[in-house]
Amino acid sequence: MTLPPTLIAEQLLNGLQLGLMLFLLAAGLTLVFGIMDMINLAHGSLYMIGAYLAAAVTEASGSFLLGIAGAIAGTALVGIALEVALLRRLYRRSHLSQVLATFAVILIANEVVRMIWGSQPILLAMPAALSGPVELGGFRYPAYRLVVIGAGLAIALLLYLLVTRSRAGMWVRAGASDREMAEVMGVDTRTLFTLVFAIGAALCAVAGALLGPLLAVQVGMGENILILAFVVITIGGIGSIRGALVGALLVGLIDTAGRAFLPFLFRQMFPAVVAAEAGPAVASMLIYMLMAAVLFFRPTGLFPARG
Amino acid sequence: MRDTLRIPLEPWPTLAVIAVLALLPAVALAVGQPFYVVFATRVLIYALIATSLNLLIGYVGLVSFGHAAFVGAGAYTVAVLMAAGIASAWLLWPAAIVVAALLALLIGAISLRTRGVYFIMITLAFAQMVYYLVVSLRVLGSDDGLTLGARPTIGLVSLDRDTSFYYVALAILLAALLAMRALLNAPFGRALQGIRDNEIRMEAIGFPTYRLKLLAFVIAGAAAGLGGGLLASLNGLVGPNLLHWPESGVLMIMVILGGTGRLLGGVLGAAALLIAQEALAGQTIHWPLAIGVVLLAVVLFAPQGLSGLIRRGGAGS
Repeated sequence: MTLPPTLIAEQLLNGLQLGLMLFLLAAGLTLVFGIMDMINLAHGSLYMIGAYLAAAVTEASGSFLLGIAGAIAGTALVGIALEVALLRRLYRRSHLSQVLATFAVILIANEVVRMIWGSQPILLAMPAALSGPVELGGFRYPAYRLVVIGAGLAIALLLYLLVTRSRAGMWVRAGASDREMAEVMGVDTRTLFTLVFAIGAALCAVAGALLGPLLAVQVGMGENILILAFVVITIGGIGSIRGALVGALLVGLIDTAGRAFLPFLFRQMFPAVVAAEAGPAVASMLIYMLMAAVLFFRPTGLFPARG
Repeated sequence: MRDTLRIPLEPWPTLAVIAVLALLPAVALAVGQPFYVVFATRVLIYALIATSLNLLIGYVGLVSFGHAAFVGAGAYTVAVLMAAGIASAWLLWPAAIVVAALLALLIGAISLRTRGVYFIMITLAFAQMVYYLVVSLRVLGSDDGLTLGARPTIGLVSLDRDTSFYYVALAILLAALLAMRALLNAPFGRALQGIRDNEIRMEAIGFPTYRLKLLAFVIAGAAAGLGGGLLASLNGLVGPNLLHWPESGVLMIMVILGGTGRLLGGVLGAAALLIAQEALAGQTIHWPLAIGVVLLAVVLFAPQGLSGLIRRGGAGS
């Protein structure tokens, strides 16, 4: 018995989609980490806020596009407010203080969202026009997921060009490789930090809005994906946007493929009893094994931003 | 001050605190709240676990985000051995220590190749692997975990009585704190703090820094395993949540809240967080909001954590 090629193609597309969405989250996280030397656990909360705002605006206006736009604007504002009011005071503090403070922000954000929208997951419906499948050379694939992949690719490309080709991107890269030197050379890091944070928050909102119809929009949705985003930037090398892209695609593809194919492979290789337990377990562990292996051979990730 | 690193033993405040803790079960029973004896025991056990993590974070500079793995290893060891018919705590708890220490040796040997943030993430990776392994194994109860049936026995004392368990946990915590103080005042502890402050220099003057860090990692893991074993014995059940990453996160928060690199930091942090949760959860369903605000206030106004606050107050400045 072999796997049908259409199934493999479908899972690869799913993996690509997960990878691109992870990249949107990891890009902001890795830049904030790389430039400001700041561990921001509240990044996942911005993703949650983005999803909730998208759902609320879509519900009110009846337009999914307006929902995304509203989520981007609203989440960027929340991000700026967070940076100016709190995080700015923490840049010079130890990583542990940052962990404690942003953990507190997670608790507060979760409870505020719970007060406004309640504990039950809320519905973010995908646009009706995209809810059907499309014929894709021999198999049918949900149109909405294709749009998510397309949007993810476009934003990733845009971000890549912004960071590698624009002047602001040059400042960002300078800040990531040596913050003090960048400051000495006249980069206004204060404004740059706020800008980077706003962009990171906006990217979170895009990911939250696009994934909202596929996953549940609920309190606490940010935490597990935050851990995945941290895995991505660790694999890629903290501060590197290229590393974040490679890491995100690796994690997305390996996690999806592992869950889809490993149980099948194990059934061919081991007795049924062993395979039933080991398959799903190893599939869940794969990305962590990947991260441990990467760090074992390259202790600062695949594309270290510094030195 | 002649000896800045030495941790003094202040006899009078220490004895006063111990006296209060020793009287606590009697008071709880007198006011008709026996539930608080079990709660206080849980606080003591988490104080032990947080203290073991503080040894790594506060005194060696190793921010481990996988400490729950060792707690879980100890807890599941006790649960499995009890199911196999072993009921003596004299066997169960040392077994929990040994299993957790071996796991720490394995994870530490690989993780200590990395530094800083990468160390945080690789310890998380291993803890997550242990979590998924436990969830997948049917002998360990998968998602449901295991129930222990009864509490272990410890010689003539029956741990079925909540008060007895409380005093046993208190004795273990005090012994652990004394041991940690002795360890930190010994040359080994000085070397660890030297590594925290400047590892390259310690290496240059001839200290085997990798081996010292690994030894500290194993000691901390073993103590966390003992904590896990106590927790399993107290609750009568173990579940995979004990190993999941939020548990590691909460332990880390306890240490930072209490004060890293202070002997009582872990104790203070564990007690403050658990008591705050207990007190607030009875008042409002939005208690995490209040905890969040308090944690923020601690970060902004008490940079050294709660023990820094106490020390500042004590110095009268």
